[in-house]
Amino acid sequence: MGITFRKETFRDDFTFRNSPEHIRRFPFPFHEDAYMYAVNIEPHVVGPKGSVLENLIDVDEHYVAEMQDRALVLAEDPLRCQSLPHMTLAGWDLLELLMEQQALGYPEHFTLTRDGDRWRWINRPLGIDDTFTFGDTSTLPYGPMEYITRQSQGDFCILDQRDGNLWMDAGMVTTQADWSLDFDIGMNFFEWHAPVPLAHEKGIFVRALKFLTNIQQGKPARRLNWTMTINPRLDTSPENYHKWGPDRATVTPENVGDKVHLRVELQSFWRLPRSNGIVFPIRCYLIKMDELVTQPKWARHLHRVIRDLPDELANYKGLTRYRSTLVEWLSKLDDGSPTNPGFGPD
Amino acid sequence: MAAKSIISRPVYGTLSPQPGKHHLFITDAEGALAIAEMAGSAPPGFFDDAEIVFIPGPDGKHTAALQALRPAQFHLSPSFASLLPRLRQTLANAHMGLRLYLAGTEGLIGQAMQVALEAGIDHTSIQTEHRGSLARRMQCVHCKGITENVTTQPATCAHCGLLLLVRDHYSRRIAAFQGVCINAEDRSEIPPMEEVFR
Repeated sequence: MGITFRKETFRDDFTFRNSPEHIRRFPFPFHEDAYMYAVNIEPHVVGPKGSVLENLIDVDEHYVAEMQDRALVLAEDPLRCQSLPHMTLAGWDLLELLMEQQALGYPEHFTLTRDGDRWRWINRPLGIDDTFTFGDTSTLPYGPMEYITRQSQGDFCILDQRDGNLWMDAGMVTTQADWSLDFDIGMNFFEWHAPVPLAHEKGIFVRALKFLTNIQQGKPARRLNWTMTINPRLDTSPENYHKWGPDRATVTPENVGDKVHLRVELQSFWRLPRSNGIVFPIRCYLIKMDELVTQPKWARHLHRVIRDLPDELANYKGLTRYRSTLVEWLSKLDDGSPTNPGFGPD
Repeated sequence: MAAKSIISRPVYGTLSPQPGKHHLFITDAEGALAIAEMAGSAPPGFFDDAEIVFIPGPDGKHTAALQALRPAQFHLSPSFASLLPRLRQTLANAHMGLRLYLAGTEGLIGQAMQVALEAGIDHTSIQTEHRGSLARRMQCVHCKGITENVTTQPATCAHCGLLLLVRDHYSRRIAAFQGVCINAEDRSEIPPMEEVFR
């Protein structure tokens, strides 16, 4: 049996939901009652069956709907997918990685067969069956990065490594938490992180860069990041901020549970074999408060984290306008009892 | 001088003569004074291998001061846009050993650096010195239009009309600061507009 893909939307009528199984596998990002930046990077190894780490590239029930939303974003704004001229080889590296991982984890949905440079890729959920020559861009309908990332959940940044730094030189970014690939493309690691408050002073980026530039082939790493989004909207780009920003003013005590979503990014980092670049998939998971609080431990953790978050971070994450409404709502689900450490549900 | 800011915001230095075979100076308005001052510490004959391109400010001053340096080539340009075709060809034909010096307003330095990057010159090899106006080039993140000479915070996008927060986040590739809608969450909030980039 394979995954049952949901028919749902991430805009307009917002029909996105998580099934009960997907609520329990949600990658909850807080293992204690407080949150502060840390270089929380760990080896990206396979985790428990039924978790989002069961496969290193996760495909879930939202796959088809997410790919449809990506196509809508790209039709509206093709600048969300860009690759500087020297990044084509890295695009082929990424195509290989994603085809291999998706075929390995979900053989009922994806099949890759290779005969030398002649490759056949079957993607059953999206109805794709293409034969192409690996390394020859003219045999694909898009460049290799765009082709495969139109068929893979999450945003993807490809980083070129040179001069001891990482450079954001290619990417497919349609589900971002408020940063612009079009503006940041070509920047180095410190430059594209420049607007992040507090973390530079803590030396976070210096240590993170050191770690990332040493990532070896076959030994990927990962970390979690989080923010909050009003309505299950994937495209919270700065480009469209004037369109989705007003949502933040619509949160009321009555609709918190339905409108406010925790947005977790599972970021992983992989060395690419031919280009020596790093690919940085940013896989986005959304869960509405009503779904999240079905796990009482998560409700208690989240209440304490949001309540005690430094104002600067709350502001950066865009929570300021509805934070007090959310904390008030969550407080009713927090009996003050201690929470067990750890990420998992009850 | 520009105040200390975030890491993506460019930092400018003080021009100094570099070892090289050929020296290209691109400057506007009071940037000419930075070159004249640097000339004091330049070795004899330095300007024999130099080209100076000058976009005078509205007051038309400093042309004579630059001509007095007797560069091998001296070119006056009425605007950066009019300079572009010439500059692109110069950089495309440049050989190893060319040194680039940019002096003047942030807009001039940023746009000249953008052309140099497109020609394959590493930005860290370029000498820069900021003189004169702090007015910003701003790209609207929403409509992608560039608004020149922004002096206020917030500022109105000259293309789509949104009221934008002018961030310190800067792209060398676009040669512009980022503008993001300041009242996206509630359009009825109109913060006062202050003259801050002079």
